[in-house]
Amino acid sequence: MIHRHTLAQLAAELRARKVSSVELARAYLERIQASQPLLNAFISITGEQALAAASAADAALARGEGGPLTGVPIGHKDLFCTEGVRTTCGSRMLENFVSPYDATVVARLRAAGAVMLGKLNMDEFAMGSSNETSYFGPVRNPWNTDLVPGGSSGGSAAAVAARLLPGATATDTGGSIRQPAALCGITGIKPTYGRVSRYGMIAFASSLDQGGVVSASAEDAALMLREMAGFDPRDSTSVDTPVPDYVAGLNAPLEGLKIGLLKEFFDSGLDPDNERCIREALAVFTRLGAKVREVSLPNISLSVPAYYVVAPAECSSNLARFDGVRFGHRCKEPRDLTDLYKRSRSEGFGAEVKRRIMTGTYVLSAGYYDAYYLKAQRVRQLIAADFQRAFAEVDVLMGPATPSAAFAIGAKTADPITMYLNDIYTISANLAGVPAMSVPCGFTQGLPVGLQIIGPHFAEQRLLHAAHRYQLETDWHLRVPERFA
Amino acid sequence: MTKSSGTILDTAQQRPPRGESRDETGTGWETVIGLEIHAQLATRSKIFSGASTAYGAAPNTQACLVDLGYPGVLPVLNAEAVRMAVRFGLAIGARIARQSVFARKNYFYPDLPKGYQISQYELPIVAQGSIDIVLEDGSIKRIGVTRAHLEEDAGKSLHEGLPGLTGIDLNRAGTPLIEIVSEPQLRSARDAVAYMKKVHTLVRYLEICDGNMQEGSFRCDANVSVRRAGSDKLGTRTEIKNVNSFRYVEKAIQYEAARQIELLESGGKVVQETRLYDPDKGETRSMRSKEEANDYRYFPDPDLLPVELDEQYIESVRAGLPELPDAKAARFVSQYGLPAYDAGVLTASRELADYYEAVARAVPGEPKLAANWVMGDLAAALNKEGLDIDSGRMPAERLAGLLVRIADQTISGKIAKEVFEAMWSSGESADTLIDTKGLRQITDTSAIEQAIEAVMAKNPAQLAEYRAGKDKLFGFFVGQVMKATQGKANPAQLNELLKKKLPG
Repeated sequence: MIHRHTLAQLAAELRARKVSSVELARAYLERIQASQPLLNAFISITGEQALAAASAADAALARGEGGPLTGVPIGHKDLFCTEGVRTTCGSRMLENFVSPYDATVVARLRAAGAVMLGKLNMDEFAMGSSNETSYFGPVRNPWNTDLVPGGSSGGSAAAVAARLLPGATATDTGGSIRQPAALCGITGIKPTYGRVSRYGMIAFASSLDQGGVVSASAEDAALMLREMAGFDPRDSTSVDTPVPDYVAGLNAPLEGLKIGLLKEFFDSGLDPDNERCIREALAVFTRLGAKVREVSLPNISLSVPAYYVVAPAECSSNLARFDGVRFGHRCKEPRDLTDLYKRSRSEGFGAEVKRRIMTGTYVLSAGYYDAYYLKAQRVRQLIAADFQRAFAEVDVLMGPATPSAAFAIGAKTADPITMYLNDIYTISANLAGVPAMSVPCGFTQGLPVGLQIIGPHFAEQRLLHAAHRYQLETDWHLRVPERFA
Repeated sequence: MTKSSGTILDTAQQRPPRGESRDETGTGWETVIGLEIHAQLATRSKIFSGASTAYGAAPNTQACLVDLGYPGVLPVLNAEAVRMAVRFGLAIGARIARQSVFARKNYFYPDLPKGYQISQYELPIVAQGSIDIVLEDGSIKRIGVTRAHLEEDAGKSLHEGLPGLTGIDLNRAGTPLIEIVSEPQLRSARDAVAYMKKVHTLVRYLEICDGNMQEGSFRCDANVSVRRAGSDKLGTRTEIKNVNSFRYVEKAIQYEAARQIELLESGGKVVQETRLYDPDKGETRSMRSKEEANDYRYFPDPDLLPVELDEQYIESVRAGLPELPDAKAARFVSQYGLPAYDAGVLTASRELADYYEAVARAVPGEPKLAANWVMGDLAAALNKEGLDIDSGRMPAERLAGLLVRIADQTISGKIAKEVFEAMWSSGESADTLIDTKGLRQITDTSAIEQAIEAVMAKNPAQLAEYRAGKDKLFGFFVGQVMKATQGKANPAQLNELLKKKLPG
């Protein structure tokens, strides 16, 4: 049952040569293939390349070489560009797009020795909270395949939850790591904006997008993030501060940690069962010596409207390059230039992407810019200031990651607003650029619940430490859906 | 830096004709012009990528993934482009923004790979400078520069040799530009050309732009409107796009102003629109109206941080500025005693000014002689062959070698012109030519006297007439002696001796 081992265990076993990378790759590829009709977690499965990389990893390990992740199988969300392997972004627009270069995150994980087994399904251009907007079909939740896994990193989360991979990359613009991690019962971390390079990560909303990790445990996340994080001269918004060793110090005591209970998150929208799980988790932290107090972020209720102005605005511009001229989908026999643009984009993009492009175009238009975009940016500053005030008093903030557990496929597709409200607890961290995690903290009616932990800028280590200590006390993160056990 | 004087006329140009009024059309209308000049910055790589900016490569061989707008790529600002923009800002006495912001200008076009151009909108790097120009009447006018901002160029659409198709060359995409926007303070096509030439001179002095207009490194859009002379309300303007020569700018504005006046006088209205100048037909024509204009949906580019410049950086750029044209012209007036006009002509380019100074230094005490020769015979010879001053065709030392011989009276000014021509065609030095051709001036008094006596002896009738009071014959004797000495007699000495000898 090697797939029940955590990524940290696998890395150690590979180094100790108790298991080979090729064996691991084969075992996981077999699980991936078997689960694919059921979960649809992958868009591309790269078995051949994976086995070649795995045997190279084994050779390196045999020579006593290799990095911290040498031979460890992983997957990439399909918006990280991978040289020679198609990168679709979950869209018909890029159905056949093969990137000529590797994203920085891809290159760094490869340099650390990780072996890519495939590219993971996602909401189209990362726009969605249920993974239903993917051109390649919805991903299903391993805990109940009638339900959504969350989104947009639904493929990444489902794959880890079903132990098709010990860890995967993901991205989070408004909750796209934390929400599916919560709904799939795994650990997910969205680092500080600027901590992980966005180079080669196909943009949705540039000022909010941040690459991160989904994995079984906080320790696994620390292992992967340590390799991914760091300044990249090719991303002007990446921050040039040293990356701490996220793995070291994970076991230190939590004594004295000041936890702020995020008052506004415990509103009427929160499912009582979810609330119960969160409060039980807080009791564990109290037992570990943490001090819990309530903290208010008065402007946080403005997060969703501000987000749905800023993110579509940026996306409307970011997605303009998909015009059928140089790459991506091109309509057949265009009559003229306008026809080429209109039909290529109409055919290439799905409904949710179009909705956001139109919203974004509208809010940036002459006469509306001040009322929408500028106002949203001011709200963003207010929210950032709220966080800053809160972190002057507490070390971390805690609350639910989502209002409820996973919902049925198709349940919310008719009403975009209901869907958008699924990100109500996650969006504020993106607007403020602060790091945040989701950690499994219980079950409601057989479905996992996620605890959200938010920290000040560059406090990833603090979040991982708290999550790890919690996971030493609990086993929610080790539970696997029966079908995939 | 001083802005007290200086002209922008180049050596090929004579003083502008007098009597041209501000209302060029002479119909009681005033033309109001503002220019937006695009100068390509002379960086080696592009403004947001590492691809080369070299001109003339095969299509799409100098466009990297960033220039092609590939999914996932990000822009990284070229620090050298920033330094160049700051140089320009400091040279025009402008405010350098401590924080400037790149914005996206969104529109769809096949030669615009990302679907937006990265430019600066609300917070440009340079604001509120000024540039002095010399008007037709010789007076100096200060033209406000509203702003100058950094931006990337787009690619090029190609139609030639592609019937029914459009080719896209993205080599130029991402090339750094500085867009220099003037206040609408120019009042004639000539003002506009004078301003454009001054900016052209400046950017080359600053070594931030090669100024090559044929390759599109320096081009301009002209905003033109007309109003009744005396009115202080601006008329509706049109924008003439992408004019890439001084002559075309002048002609396009003249045409456009006349068109607008005719339209208004016949009861019509000027439509706010973008127009193109057709140099073959000498006219502007409508490209798109305001209604068809794009809403560019500007917003700050989230991929780029604001550009923050501190005092120390700005001062370090200031310390590296060269002597600027106005200051150099003022120095030429004070140091060399040149007329302002000469100083203006000679400082029109750094190369010309350097050349002049090299000549002036090598011919001590004769700065005006040097100016006359550089602006006169040399400029004419260079223009005739379409050569630049730094073409090496006539090195400064060689010209100076000629001028030294004029100064020390080895040859006369007249002979010098002959020698110059010989130098131009043979590449020989003045001294070699003077010796081999025996052109050395005769300054020996007795030799000149001998020649005079011979001429007097040969022309007794004329001598008698002169002595009877026909003074005009003096010139005849000068000519005869010059002829006898093959033009080599020192003219001043000859005059003096003739005056002494002829009266008898």
